[in-house]
Amino acid sequence: MSRYVIRRTGAAIMTLIAASIVIFAFIHLIPGDPVYVMLGDGATPEQVAALRDRLGLDEPLVMQYLIWAGNALRGDLGVSIFFETPVTQVIAEGAETSILLASVTMVWIILIGVPVGILAAIRQGTLIDQGLSGLAMLAASLPTFWVGLYLILIFAAGLGWFPSSGYPSIFEEGGLVNLRYLVLPSLALAAPNAALILRLTRASMLDVAREDYIRTARAKGIRPTRVVLRHILRNALLAVVSAFGFTFAALISEAVVTETVFALPGIGRTVVQSILRRDYPVIQGVILITVCLYLVINLIVDLSYRYLDPRVELE
Amino acid sequence: MRQVLMMLPTSAIRRPITALGVLFLVVIVIFAAASPWIAPYPPDVMDPVNRLLPPGGDHLMGTDHFGRDTFSRVVFGARLALLIGVGVVAFALGTGVPIGVLSALFPALGRVLMRMVDVLMSFPSLLLALGLIVILGQGVFNAILAIGLIYLTTTARIVYGVALRLKAEPYVEAARSAGAGTWWIVTRHILPNMISPLLVQASFVFAFAQLGAASLDFLGLGAPPEIPSWGNMLAESRIYITRASWLLLWPGLMIVLTAFSLNLVGDALRDRMDPRFREMVRR
Amino acid sequence: MLSVENLVVSVRRGPEIVRDVSFEIAPGEILGLVGESGSGKSMTSLALMGLLSPGIDITGGAVRLDGTDITHLQPHQRVARNCGKVAMIFQEPMTSLNPVLRIREQLEEAINVHDPRAGPERARELLDMVRIPDAGHQLNAYPHELSGGMRQRVMIAIALACRPQVLIADEPTTALDVTVQRQVLGLIRELCDSLHMGVLFITHDLGVVAQLADRVAVMYAGKLCERADVGPLFRAPLHPYTNGLLACLPDPESGNAAFETIPGAAPRPGAIPEGCPFSPRCNRAQETCRSGPVPEAHGPERQVAVCHFPVRQEAPA
Ligand SMILES: Nc1ncnc2c1ncn2[C@@H]1O[C@H](COP(=O)(O)OP(=O)(O)OP(=O)(O)O)[C@@H](O)[C@H]1O
Ligand SMILES: [Mg+2]
Repeated sequence: MSRYVIRRTGAAIMTLIAASIVIFAFIHLIPGDPVYVMLGDGATPEQVAALRDRLGLDEPLVMQYLIWAGNALRGDLGVSIFFETPVTQVIAEGAETSILLASVTMVWIILIGVPVGILAAIRQGTLIDQGLSGLAMLAASLPTFWVGLYLILIFAAGLGWFPSSGYPSIFEEGGLVNLRYLVLPSLALAAPNAALILRLTRASMLDVAREDYIRTARAKGIRPTRVVLRHILRNALLAVVSAFGFTFAALISEAVVTETVFALPGIGRTVVQSILRRDYPVIQGVILITVCLYLVINLIVDLSYRYLDPRVELE
Repeated sequence: MRQVLMMLPTSAIRRPITALGVLFLVVIVIFAAASPWIAPYPPDVMDPVNRLLPPGGDHLMGTDHFGRDTFSRVVFGARLALLIGVGVVAFALGTGVPIGVLSALFPALGRVLMRMVDVLMSFPSLLLALGLIVILGQGVFNAILAIGLIYLTTTARIVYGVALRLKAEPYVEAARSAGAGTWWIVTRHILPNMISPLLVQASFVFAFAQLGAASLDFLGLGAPPEIPSWGNMLAESRIYITRASWLLLWPGLMIVLTAFSLNLVGDALRDRMDPRFREMVRR
Repeated sequence: MLSVENLVVSVRRGPEIVRDVSFEIAPGEILGLVGESGSGKSMTSLALMGLLSPGIDITGGAVRLDGTDITHLQPHQRVARNCGKVAMIFQEPMTSLNPVLRIREQLEEAINVHDPRAGPERARELLDMVRIPDAGHQLNAYPHELSGGMRQRVMIAIALACRPQVLIADEPTTALDVTVQRQVLGLIRELCDSLHMGVLFITHDLGVVAQLADRVAVMYAGKLCERADVGPLFRAPLHPYTNGLLACLPDPESGNAAFETIPGAAPRPGAIPEGCPFSPRCNRAQETCRSGPVPEAHGPERQVAVCHFPVRQEAPA
């Protein structure tokens, strides 16, 4: 374990603690008594007393936070008002859909964004570049739900190639069959994000191409394709790979809208329904989990950077 | 500032598509300013006989499920689009700029403030906005706050970076050692040099505010349903997608083109900006 | 033998940056190219390498290496045609090596192109040639682990891997401190002699030129204004510009660091005056200097200046 690893991990934990305080405060910021906020208005006096006791609501706020955080660390995120089951279970039920959706989307983003970005950079200034960059800008301006609705209209309702909504669990329908349910949602979700990765890839390729060491590489007499692949691309991807981390974490939250459009039983749709049902513990739990996910992914990206960029270790 | 604005026409000529973007934004502003005169019908008058009419005839863009004129609603929708855009930009810059500048000027304070910004950034943006809506309740003003909070963080980071660089510029150091006060340095040296990065950031924030607001509307958590915003129009006509797909076409196109135009303008501005700061305002 | 004949480099739809430049470099000879910032030294060298950036082209003249025309060929095309090679080292050793590749990888890449049959010991051999201590260990280092002087030596090793007839060194020591600078200069001289390689050495520093070069070319506003062997040029410059440059050097004999300067500033490409480009700043200029072509004035021993009224010093009694 190098000092770098320790320092990065420490910073991530500090951020998580600060974020958890904000998330803890969430329940208390909602107007009304936190107990009724969490139990709903139909709570019985026994339930109220039990929760008061469990959360230590008569203790000072600091103690309440410690109790809450301790419970969270042990995997207890409270109980859903609507389902009356543990929040962790509610989230776990949506996890398969959400993670698969984000993963498939990520595949699109990488398959489309990176190669097309490279192409635009190689053809910088030509009509191809201008066309692709323009399209990327347009794609970055698309509301995902709107794209989703038209994808349903064309490919589901019209051509019938893909199902228009829902998603059966792998355990029910098994195999790759149920990935068909994710094709349209992942495409809708990928469009603006692939565009951002495309622009980032192009920009960092062009940045690197201006570096002195690229001139050195060309001066050696190696072939231009090799200069692009071994020297420009390798360095340009450093910036792009770190964006993959952000993007993946962001997809989980952006999927809120997409999952609603395609009626996918994921975490995102759970959040929206929980907001409408005033099921606050679930919202709180989802936010906490996504923040953790974001921090963990970024930590992994940061640490794996050491293997990609030899300079990092020195700093 | 003048310099930045003056280069808009030249870059617009260089890239005809940017000129079209500017033109579209002008149309949106005119729609918003003169909606009652441009719209052929009031936006909320129902006409049950003429429900779900296709485009053409008396109704340029057809009618919705209550028989309301889609074109009129699209024209009035420009008002909310501008309100949201201006509101979010004002909030993001109004909070992000002081946070960024103060952090750059006072390193001790900066460590705390930028740490807080980092914490906010660890929240996925849409969830952050939704969380705030849960606390504040639904409404146009709250939607502005919720979306503005997302861009507070990015703005503060950019401003912080730019201000740090400016602070290290020789002429600022010289002014400092000549005894210039903090206020003087901020108003004379830092803010004026920050205008072009801020202008670029403002156009991107304006663009993404449109998409964010549309998402909130679509989820039923944005502007109240009686307001004819483009996002609300999409949310309401969603179930008619197969029967009357044009209902979703117009408001959707308005959102896309508004965001696209703003992105084009932002990009053109950035291309002409001081290359040192160009890196910082990306996306 | 590298010969550059009437080379013109211009920005596409823009001014000429290098105008009608001719010189030759024989094997084992160091030609010093001096001139103010912006006079076009780097553009000349990049043109010789075939490494001009897009938008800047050679629009006239020719570059020949041992008689072969290599004017418009990029390095990889030169390899493909198996013609002679020009290699180059740059001013900034800090940024001229790829940060994510080990020294070995960057060196072997060049070896594989130019010396495909060389064995794995070639990389070590090259590092030894440039006097890198503990070469076996340094091969596995990343550029950021080396000092500036070491990096510049690695750059020279990479250049040597190309087995060049001519090495171009564009201000290779400007970014180094004085002692390291002297070592690197010594190395260049030594390699030039032992490998019988021509060197084009670009610098602002006339002192370095006096020590290192065999011949000198002085560049002003994209043109060569004087070419000569080192001795005659420093003893008796012909061109008033060269004369002015030498006057700016601190005089070691009288001991007073003369802060003499040439009045005015060098013209930018695109705003170069008619006639002799130096005429507005020249105290010898007359009406004839301000328009029309300028004749060559010859001095002893191959000394040539482009000037109407060259400085003819009386032989000191
Ligand atoms: N892309 C370009 N477009 C137009 N002009 C350029 C471009 N690149 C360089 N120039 C101009 O070409 C001229 C010659 O530049 P060059 O780099 O060869 O000068 P130099 O003699 O090497 O100077 P220095 O000693 O500072 O390295 C400069 O005046 C520069 O402004
Ligand atoms: Mg140069």
